Amino acid sequence: MTFNPKVSRRTFIAGSAALGGGLALGLQLPFGPTVVRAADGSPEIGVWVVIRPDDTVVIRMARSEMGQGTITGLAQLVAEELECNWNKIVYEYPTPGESVKRKRAWGDFSTGGSRGIRTSHDYVRLGGARARVMLVQAAANQWGVPASECVAANSIITHKPSGRKVSYGKVAEAAAKIEPPKDVPLKNPKDWKLIGKPAKRLDTANKVNGKQVYGFDLKLPGMLNAAIKECPVFGGKVKSFDASRVASLKGVKKVLQVGDTAVAVVAEHFWQAKTALDQLPIVWDEGASAKVQQADVLKMLQAGLDADQAFVGNQAGDAKKALDGSAKKVTAEYFYPWQDHACMEPMNATARYTADKCEVWVPTQDGEASFAAVLAASGLPADKCEVYKINLGGGFGRRGAFQDYVTQAINIAKQMPGTPVKLLWTREEDMTQGRYHPIMMCRLTGGFDAAGNFTGLHMRLSGQSILKEVRPAIVEQQKGRDPLTFQGVADSGEHSFCYTMPNLLIDHAMRQSHVPPGFWRGVNINQNAVFIECFMDEMAEAAGKDPVEFRRQFMGPHPRALAVMNAVAERIGWTRPAPAGLHRGIAQMKAFNSFVAAACELSVKDNKVKIHRIVAATDPGYAVNPAQIERQVSGSFVYGLSGLFLQEHTVKDGRIAEDNFHTYQSMRLAQMPKVETIIIQGGGETWGGIGEPTICVAAPAVLNAIYKATGKRYRTVPLKNHGLEMV
Amino acid sequence: MKLTINGKTHDVDVDPNTPLLWAIREQVGLTGTKYGCGVAQCGACTVHIDGSPIRSCSIPAGAAAGRKITTIEGLAAGGTLTKVQKAWIDHEVPQCGYCQSGMIMAAAALLKAKPKPTDADIDAAMTNICRCGTFQEVRKAIHAAAKA
Repeated sequence: MTFNPKVSRRTFIAGSAALGGGLALGLQLPFGPTVVRAADGSPEIGVWVVIRPDDTVVIRMARSEMGQGTITGLAQLVAEELECNWNKIVYEYPTPGESVKRKRAWGDFSTGGSRGIRTSHDYVRLGGARARVMLVQAAANQWGVPASECVAANSIITHKPSGRKVSYGKVAEAAAKIEPPKDVPLKNPKDWKLIGKPAKRLDTANKVNGKQVYGFDLKLPGMLNAAIKECPVFGGKVKSFDASRVASLKGVKKVLQVGDTAVAVVAEHFWQAKTALDQLPIVWDEGASAKVQQADVLKMLQAGLDADQAFVGNQAGDAKKALDGSAKKVTAEYFYPWQDHACMEPMNATARYTADKCEVWVPTQDGEASFAAVLAASGLPADKCEVYKINLGGGFGRRGAFQDYVTQAINIAKQMPGTPVKLLWTREEDMTQGRYHPIMMCRLTGGFDAAGNFTGLHMRLSGQSILKEVRPAIVEQQKGRDPLTFQGVADSGEHSFCYTMPNLLIDHAMRQSHVPPGFWRGVNINQNAVFIECFMDEMAEAAGKDPVEFRRQFMGPHPRALAVMNAVAERIGWTRPAPAGLHRGIAQMKAFNSFVAAACELSVKDNKVKIHRIVAATDPGYAVNPAQIERQVSGSFVYGLSGLFLQEHTVKDGRIAEDNFHTYQSMRLAQMPKVETIIIQGGGETWGGIGEPTICVAAPAVLNAIYKATGKRYRTVPLKNHGLEMV
Repeated sequence: MKLTINGKTHDVDVDPNTPLLWAIREQVGLTGTKYGCGVAQCGACTVHIDGSPIRSCSIPAGAAAGRKITTIEGLAAGGTLTKVQKAWIDHEVPQCGYCQSGMIMAAAALLKAKPKPTDADIDAAMTNICRCGTFQEVRKAIHAAAKA
């Protein structure tokens, strides 16, 4: 099967090209709107909707589908207001280049931070509503009746007094010529018919028969394949390589340097490129970081725990004074390691470069970030660049802010103008050239008065800042502080701490490394939840209180967090004894504006941990597709518990030591606990995310239960280092 | 070398040491079978050879010559989806979907060997890695396919 790029882009190019770019640039034309057409000639009814004569509704998606179900949810949002036939919906991605030409008509492409639905629900619903109004008006005009006498449902417009009917496809042409209305009231949530229902995913069929095309599968006429090796020590460079040693191997077309830091082999087939690269002698200038060992990093973090200077993330009262005056203190140190995303589909990108055009096909979480990388690496202006988004085999934060593989692919393609080159990373390259979950230590100290009442808490983080490396401008604005480090324990915002304590200090000693940190599913909530939620249990024990009761005393001002925690406590039967041999743990957090909690039951025998049951609750405000939410929640335990039990990257001689799944394992089906999901819809103005929040409560709920089972506090991740195995 | 895939014999020009996975993907052009690790850990490359599930990244193409190879594309003989594939659709198992070809091939082989698998049978047979975390739905879909 050949993936034809013209198919993927067809509906986006024709509209602007046919009109010479005038309308595409958003210029006002003197005689009312001119129809913008998809390549098959069907009219746009606003930028989000194209309607074909056969009533097929094409919904445009700027966000990327990487498994989280976001396109189905977004289609539900548009369709709810559009009142179209759900069974005749197809979706497609606008290209970033086209969006740029049209003044970012499709808004933000970034698909991370669990933002896909929660930060675009309003404007995509409005897009659907505007299109509906235009279609109804077109029908009313055709009949010569007031639009107020017409209703739309299931892609049919009905004139109520006469009973006349017409389908969307029949009036789309006329509707496209109507000035889009500015203000269209959106439905009251209580009137939703499609939002909130477990609508079937739009993208399942081709994922069970091998037809779904991922970046790895792309085929273009005349395409060659490339394999690449970056210097294994971050920051190192290529010194030399002897291309003549592999140049004559079968299929090899070119051996080339990629920037200062990498070498690639381009061949007819990838396997030829990969085997040639393995045989290619490369001399690296590894630089000073080649001396760095894991122990050096740990020592640096340990020192940060005692450092005088630290950035404050959350503060109330005077924690240090309260702790100094406390009759009793408990203190504990925790650790969370580097972890790779390990997307099932390794990084890849395909590029074709000529002096007039640079095109890239890439599975990306952020089409605009990919587009920016194309501009920078090609040196061409925006109107000569384009990005075609392909389905992602997982993203988890690796494919959004970081476009290193795109830059590499263009760098290769520029050395072979006119030839499309598909660059594929091996799993080894993928794991050793990651942008890792940041490494972090934490010391927590809690105080109590003589009667056992809580007096104050100091939580000191020591470790990597992501933003310092990835968004330095934000850190500069914050006078050196990385606000993202405090996800889940912040003083305000979408990751605010849901315990109100009289004396509190949460601060961060920033300690960077040559190993680059990155966004990761959930990212800083994951370690912060382990630190705070396990320590809440430690403090509860010191106070002689039940962990849930202990938490409740701080949660009065956080009713939605409390409701979510109470929901899991009630469902698991917290106040009743656990079944014989089973032990319980609980954790809660607010993340990405959703409130999440988990409770589990597990048993431990001979260091083998069997998780029998997990109850997880989430309150995202609004549940657009409960069936997909359940899948994201249960899937979050696979990601979160893989991280807790199995996954750690370490550095040896400056390079990442674990390079494939045999040393960086991931959970298997046999280890999968039964997950029951409770969805609470707290409503409100602000919508919460789904893809990431639940991950963070997986590990602390399980760690707290393991303590109950064993009497041992495991404070460093992963648990395999303690000999604990998940069965 | 001749490779018999999905009932069709392909004459492929490939070094016999090339992993079967890459011969299937690059020489034959069937890309439903995925690369995930290259070391037989993740199972994304699972195909059937003479009916048994095999991780095609770790067997040389030469060793598969003359044997009956089935890939995800050949599972639905004559275009009719198998019970496993139907169950996968009904239970909406795939998320990103990248691992699902291998997952389905492993499930199909299990159901052929054990038409009514227990949870323990499923645990033992389904060792594929899925990073999205579809395991709960995989188990449900296998049980559903067994009942269908």
